[in-house]
Amino acid sequence: MGNPERTRKPGVWLHRYSVFVACCTLLLVIAGGLVTSNDAALSVPDWPLAWGKLIPPLEGGIVYEFGHRVAALAVAILSVILAFWLQKREPRAWVRRLGWIAVGTVLAQAALGGVLVRYLTPKPASIAHACLGQLYFGLMVAICVGQRKATQERIPVLPLMAAIALFAQTILGAAVRHNAAGLLPHIIGAAVATILVMWAGLQVLMTNTEDINLRRPAMVLLSLTFSQIFLGMGAYLSRAMTADAPQPMPAMVWLTVAHVAVGSLAFGAAVSLAMLGTPGGMAVA
Amino acid sequence: MKKIWIGVGVAAILSLVGCGGDKPPETAKTDAAAPAAGGAAAMPDEANGGTVTGKVAFTGDKPKMATMDMSANPACERAHKDAPQKSEEVVVNGNGTLKYAFVWVKAGLPDKNWAVPTTPVTLDQNGCMYKPHMIGIMAGQNIEVKNSDPTNHNIHPQPTVNQEWNESQSPGSEAKMKTFARQEVMIPVKCNVHPWMRSYIGVVGHPFFAVTGDDGTFTIKGLPPGTYTIQVWHEKYKDVPEQQVTVGAKESKTVDFTVKG
Repeated sequence: MGNPERTRKPGVWLHRYSVFVACCTLLLVIAGGLVTSNDAALSVPDWPLAWGKLIPPLEGGIVYEFGHRVAALAVAILSVILAFWLQKREPRAWVRRLGWIAVGTVLAQAALGGVLVRYLTPKPASIAHACLGQLYFGLMVAICVGQRKATQERIPVLPLMAAIALFAQTILGAAVRHNAAGLLPHIIGAAVATILVMWAGLQVLMTNTEDINLRRPAMVLLSLTFSQIFLGMGAYLSRAMTADAPQPMPAMVWLTVAHVAVGSLAFGAAVSLAMLGTPGGMAVA
Repeated sequence: MKKIWIGVGVAAILSLVGCGGDKPPETAKTDAAAPAAGGAAAMPDEANGGTVTGKVAFTGDKPKMATMDMSANPACERAHKDAPQKSEEVVVNGNGTLKYAFVWVKAGLPDKNWAVPTTPVTLDQNGCMYKPHMIGIMAGQNIEVKNSDPTNHNIHPQPTVNQEWNESQSPGSEAKMKTFARQEVMIPVKCNVHPWMRSYIGVVGHPFFAVTGDDGTFTIKGLPPGTYTIQVWHEKYKDVPEQQVTVGAKESKTVDFTVKG
């Protein structure tokens, strides 16, 4: 038997497949956002079955909730395949480990989804479900980026802090969405996260004028974060303006879902930047 | 590698945790506000008791109610093809009174166990709307939840004091009998399949309540002589001032409320 670290060779198809799973994860996040924004989370009162069947009547809010469950199942299967593929082909142990952590996360997320249905969306579980989804997307991004890294380097402090701040914003945003907290902490968090993102992004841009592999995620991160501020304002205003509406209005739904999706993408960009490293910058081991 | 498998195993167990329960928790059938077993339950004395009547008047500009967008479900849309359904949040009657206001005796009643009516109050899902939009029941009294629609609904009351529940109801299925054990004014009810569907249930520990109808009036009969606080609850207009009224035996008093739009 040879050394498995030597015989394993990551192929281009494994990386493409990882990116595909990450894209599917983003679609799953969007599907989850549509469920919450359309107030459809409890349109299917049972779990794991739906209306006592494998396929429920597809009408009204059931379309969103059941669609989210199907997407979650698909992503869980894709995630298991990815973990096995990484186990077989990926030479670095820490990337293989991330694959299995992702499987554990998506299974825990599925269990949390079941808890939400069976216990009628308790607020802490609803917030945890939103945050774990974000964390899962971050893991998928880390797996994609990790396969492209030559070595496991030190993680730069500023992009790491930006990623942590953006994740904290997910927690605060989910708390606002599920009526567990006021808007003010989320606004203050947005200011802090924006400063950290600007600091991290500009440092990368100024110290790496030639390296497009670092400049690209930095520019994506900055663009997404600024877009996110306006989407957040739009989501809030649309919610306030349609507060008297008898049902969720499309403008509110789409602005809120876009806010959730771009938040995930910004977090993913910060994870990418933290993973890729910034030579010369402060770093943690 | 061993650690990885342990991690996957833990996650799998976590995912099975959600399978652990049976049906969603149902509303407790025992009634904290109902008469104790064997004890004499008090009945309103309609022949000798006092009566409070009145109306809930509406002043100001009549709000324009939004039209429900039922395009998400063709069966719902078909039910209103001749006249699109307006929101029932504020319904001002032709005589300038307010429909769907819950009027109840908030305080002043003697400490008695009041008999719970054996007749259920019906809450129907018809035309993808709850009919009626608002009901009042006694704690422990049955609600008969029906689905007269050719489509599926879930019924999801969202109480803060009572037990919350959420159940599906297919077309043609049997009516569900449900109760709420404790007094709670009001409990919103929603259908997550059709998010425009909303209803309110007022649960009171005594029989002295009413919901205003097409003429905006209310009548509360059989009150023991005494001084009472009467409160009006409306889903949009929350700050209607309470009123005090004193009634004697066989006496009738009028208490009118005014809601400013």
